[in-house]
Amino acid sequence: MALKTNIRFPQRGGMPEGDPANTHDLLTQEELESRGILFTSLDKLFRWGAGWSLWPLQFGLACCAIEMICTTQSRFDMSRFGYEVFRNSPRQADVMIVAGTITEKMRPAVELLYHQMPEPKWVIAIGSCAISGGPFVDSYSVVAGADKVVPVDVYVPGCPPRPEAIIDGMLQLKAKLSHPERKQVVRDDK
Amino acid sequence: MSENGNAYSERYTLNLGPQHPSTHGVLRIVADFDGETCISADPVIGYLHRGMEKLLESRTYPQGLPYTDRLDYLAGVNNNLPLALAVEKLLGVEIPERASLLRMLTCEIMRLASYMVGIGIYIMDLGAVSGVFYPFQQREYALEVMSALCGARMTQGYIRFGGVQADWNDEAEAALDVLYKELPPFIEMYHKLIDENEIFLRRTKGVGVITAERAKSYALTGPNLRASGVDYDLRRDAPYCLYDRFTIKVPVQQAGDCHARYAQRMLEVEEILKLIKAIHAALKETEPGKIMGAVPKMLRPPAGEAYAQTENPKGIMGCLVASDGKGVNPLRVHFRRPSFDNIAIFSELMPGHKVADLIAIIASFDIVLGEIDG
Repeated sequence: MALKTNIRFPQRGGMPEGDPANTHDLLTQEELESRGILFTSLDKLFRWGAGWSLWPLQFGLACCAIEMICTTQSRFDMSRFGYEVFRNSPRQADVMIVAGTITEKMRPAVELLYHQMPEPKWVIAIGSCAISGGPFVDSYSVVAGADKVVPVDVYVPGCPPRPEAIIDGMLQLKAKLSHPERKQVVRDDK
Repeated sequence: MSENGNAYSERYTLNLGPQHPSTHGVLRIVADFDGETCISADPVIGYLHRGMEKLLESRTYPQGLPYTDRLDYLAGVNNNLPLALAVEKLLGVEIPERASLLRMLTCEIMRLASYMVGIGIYIMDLGAVSGVFYPFQQREYALEVMSALCGARMTQGYIRFGGVQADWNDEAEAALDVLYKELPPFIEMYHKLIDENEIFLRRTKGVGVITAERAKSYALTGPNLRASGVDYDLRRDAPYCLYDRFTIKVPVQQAGDCHARYAQRMLEVEEILKLIKAIHAALKETEPGKIMGAVPKMLRPPAGEAYAQTENPKGIMGCLVASDGKGVNPLRVHFRRPSFDNIAIFSELMPGHKVADLIAIIASFDIVLGEIDG
């Protein structure tokens, strides 16, 4: 069914000024949206779609990975939000959930996995260890936070965070995707 | 012509992990194959090594206790217990009866939660994805009890030196009632779902067979040992806390293969439920309130060494604590981590099996990497 609209595009050579017919027919974006027409950029459309169907990389490091699994199970059910498609291969994933302690031995593997993921990609750091090293920060073998290895978009605190917090972290990432102007970049170059 | 008689087989090295969905974390196995057949397998560990024993030397005793939760993170309370028992042995503290019962009750609840993960992930690794949803639902009921009792789901830190953190409450009682109601139908349903499954039987029967002698010589403990026909359970044979008050029936399997390790855990789940009910009944008879022994504010155990061991979901967890009698930090803490000792048999067990059997063997052992790497 074709939608009937009153849109009239400006004629070649410019719109004659003061023509009441033309100004009457031109609609604002809100009016168009109310009639079911959406003008958008491809980028915005893509980000809207990606925000609803993030494919996380199935990649568990420590305790937080168990809560990450719980989040996908029947009680919390992350598929309500469209995030249940955990991919085992980094080539198919677009979100890396760093769930647990990164050790010096694991560091190259985490870095490699991140680089194997296709662009665009995002990283969520879950739990104290992935945020800052957590209780193990002064250990000889622990990397003090995932942001020392990969750029992190969302931090979810907790040791480990409850599944509700992990879902909230995913929704924060969605908000960041749909409102890129709101994003804050905190960089630690140390 | 290759060694095993296959005309066109090729030798190659397969690297499994550290990022692999079926290695239960960050275990890495470097295996050599001749065609489909494994000729050697070498577990590479240390990808989650956080230096926990060294860290505990720079923490005071109460600060060190929450670290043990992160060893076997599927059963946090069970890991607190050996450290608490060892330090209490040094201090010579008397534990109130109610605190001991609460320790046992929470340990059994978390043992149940850990078995649920073990069984569920095992079935999922063998390809039955829906098989993981049901046990995880039961695990949620168990975690709900812990959540009501002390506020944390996974890494509770519930046990303190001299007692426990919080007393039993009505909310936990209600959550435990839900567990009583939901678990028996689940066990019945899961037996129907899995036991007769042709694919499951084909992939597990006769795979990864460990004889009782080999199991003992490799120091296997826990359900993996009992699945090989060795009737040994610390709760019954060397009781700690107040386990000697209860009659504990220990199921044993004779086959020692991957299927026996599954069946063993399912049988133990029923026994755990009975034990939870017995401990719960005993708990109701004690007076509420007294959950901490007379423990000094600043813990300075006298010089000496103490060792305590408990039966954890993965096997026997031991803890050695050495104190110099002066400092507030332990001089040395060492853990005997059951998963670490259990995976030593992999290099002997895996050769001769096919690629897919390796996954079944890893899954049937129910390992936890936090415990292996420490």
